Amino acid sequence: MARYKFVSLDIDKCVGCRVCEYICSLEKNKSFNPNRSRIRMVRIYPHTNASLNCRLCEDAPCVTACPRKALTQSEENGVIAVNDALCDGCGWCIKACDFGAIFIDSKRVARTCDLCSTRESGPACIEWCPEKALELTTTDILSQKARLSAVQRLVKSADESKLGEEHAQK
Amino acid sequence: MYAYTGKILYVDLTTGRYKTDTFTEEFARAYIGGTGFGIKTLIDNIEPGLDPFDPQNPLIFAVGATSATMVPCTASKFGIFAKSPATNLLGEAYSTGQWGAELRMAGYDIVVIKGRAPKPSYLWIDDESVQIRNASQLWGKTTWDTEQLIRDELGDQNIRVSAIGPAGENLVRLACLINDHFRAAGRTGLGAVAGSKNLKAVAVRGTHDVYVAEPEGLKEFCKDLYERAKGPATAKYRTLGTPANILIMNAQAAMPTRNYQSASFEGAEKVSGENLNEHYVTKIQGCSACPCRCEHIAEVKEGPFKNSIARMEYEPMMAFGPYCGVDDMGAVIKAKQYCDLYGVDAIGTGIVIGFAMECYEKKLISKEDTGGLELEFGNGAAMVDMVRKIALREDIGNLLAEGVKRASQKIGQGSEHFAMHIKGLEMTGYDIRGLKTAALGYAVSRRGADHQRSGSYSWDLSGKVDRFKAEPGRGKLVMGDEDLYCVIDSMIICKFTRTIWKVYDDIAKVYSLVTGIPMTPADMEKAGERISNLARLFNIREGMTREDDSIPERIKTDPIPSGIAKGSVTTQQDLDIMLDGYYEARGWTKAGVPTKAKLDELGLEAYADIIGKE
Repeated sequence: MARYKFVSLDIDKCVGCRVCEYICSLEKNKSFNPNRSRIRMVRIYPHTNASLNCRLCEDAPCVTACPRKALTQSEENGVIAVNDALCDGCGWCIKACDFGAIFIDSKRVARTCDLCSTRESGPACIEWCPEKALELTTTDILSQKARLSAVQRLVKSADESKLGEEHAQK
Repeated sequence: MYAYTGKILYVDLTTGRYKTDTFTEEFARAYIGGTGFGIKTLIDNIEPGLDPFDPQNPLIFAVGATSATMVPCTASKFGIFAKSPATNLLGEAYSTGQWGAELRMAGYDIVVIKGRAPKPSYLWIDDESVQIRNASQLWGKTTWDTEQLIRDELGDQNIRVSAIGPAGENLVRLACLINDHFRAAGRTGLGAVAGSKNLKAVAVRGTHDVYVAEPEGLKEFCKDLYERAKGPATAKYRTLGTPANILIMNAQAAMPTRNYQSASFEGAEKVSGENLNEHYVTKIQGCSACPCRCEHIAEVKEGPFKNSIARMEYEPMMAFGPYCGVDDMGAVIKAKQYCDLYGVDAIGTGIVIGFAMECYEKKLISKEDTGGLELEFGNGAAMVDMVRKIALREDIGNLLAEGVKRASQKIGQGSEHFAMHIKGLEMTGYDIRGLKTAALGYAVSRRGADHQRSGSYSWDLSGKVDRFKAEPGRGKLVMGDEDLYCVIDSMIICKFTRTIWKVYDDIAKVYSLVTGIPMTPADMEKAGERISNLARLFNIREGMTREDDSIPERIKTDPIPSGIAKGSVTTQQDLDIMLDGYYEARGWTKAGVPTKAKLDELGLEAYADIIGKE
């Protein structure tokens, strides 16, 4: 059953170029400012790179945590919406989020990934990532891919051990 | 102004005071950014004849015109400028990674640091807040530790740090500044200038928005540029990287080996890009806003140099591989890592050690001088130890730390014949005995021996010209290359993507989309010529003459012994033919001095007193 679609990263492909940050901030704020991007790149030396963004958690903890009920989660697509009038930038949502995916913007309101809802071709980061490391997917699809990959590895190693047997017999 | 912050930060480390000033759109249009900003700011803020370690020598940081935007391969590039302790002429070095964009977002395009702090300090730029902080606890630390300690102290892991290592502290004339672990503003000894100011690091954090004039137009154009950046023009950098050049240059007999004793190396396969990528590269990652990602991170998994890690490119591989006769990749990577940690220029240090190896071979220096190291060609372990000794000024490292020119003057006994430098800056990885256009480019390069100011080796290696023949027409080619590279180094565009840009059309177009300042391709070309001439004026004011546009002795007298370039030399006569052609193309006198007419043409009349004209 399809669940919420969110922007997901293949961490092996991320090279830490931060193009996602530049294009996100341009889309949402009309300026270049990685500090205001809704997707953020983390680099841990020497060469671990990963971009993180909102994963549309079920019963989002940020929504529960907000003391002013300024956050709501859409039933339809799981996206977190911020009521700017109610949000006072207290940052309690930041504590609640396990991924650091929600932040307080320079305008002192909470911001997080909204899947580029107003953009015709969908999330800008996915379109611009030079490594094609980002995709719009669901947790169901991700576990499906993991199972497929696991079986392929199993079959491959079964094939390889078969080859070994043939050699031994010769 | 769009993109540009328009702000210059002046810091006086002696008094601990700072102030900001602004620059005009006219200034921006004339000098673009990066190189142009750096050289213009330097020439206007320094008295001629100064000792580079004098507190009044300004250490200048400048970002490019398109810094902190999505223009491909440009977001974080920046330049550092000062009078060089290696050459006593123009010092300049460029780096990338993450630092440059942060400075623009903090609100500054140029930082000018003068004076000397009373004790070890670091500069902390946090948007509008500017502090000079105690660095006693950082003094003596490696560049990597310095970055982490500053981040921990200030509580922000996104702080970008450009730092010196022990080499800069010890005023090693090959000292550099390292940022983001693997990126270096490497050459001309600027790390020593920082060290002479008791300046351990410049830390920066910026949170301001950067606006461009035409975001939609820019996005559309960038879509095309990003696609080109993933195409055949950049394939080399995205696959093997510049290390691919080891075998290419070897086959061309153009790879300096054993201190230019030959131009090809029997151990090339072992220190090749192919071997590196197959057995050592663990990740290829990217710089800010770069669709190419070409940073080849290599790790040594076993052997005496186990756990070494460094970013590898052709030049350091050449300098620690064939240049020192070493065919052990582990030693090459370790040596490079030491350069990053201790903060010395990898190219120059390899060249200086190769020189020392030849001195050792000829018994001009002994095992006592080297502190017990058998500094023979091919001894990788000794080479690695010598990098440390140079950074820490131990044993003969103390002399080698002065650079190959000064070291050979001290050692004497004919060693000057094989001290491979131009203007006091060590040679780099192209054997110019068999690459005539490159030889001219190297000879006239404003910061000393350098392939990065013109890239003129391309003409020779591509076969577009006869690489073995010296002709006056090469002058025009080198001039064109230099002026283009001035523009590229002012925008600042990564040279690895230089072939995706239609010159100068695309560059002028992007400039206007980003800054909103009208710029035609002809304007852009003129700006490049202006900056080249301004650099020349700076050097002339510091005492440079035609004689300094030279090539090393060995290049003139010792022919390449083997390979397809066998027998090649570049004689003084060859050079003079090409120099005459170059000066003529530039509109300079036979002595290599810009004419008054040229100055007027480029809007540089204010500097007429340098050429002795009112």
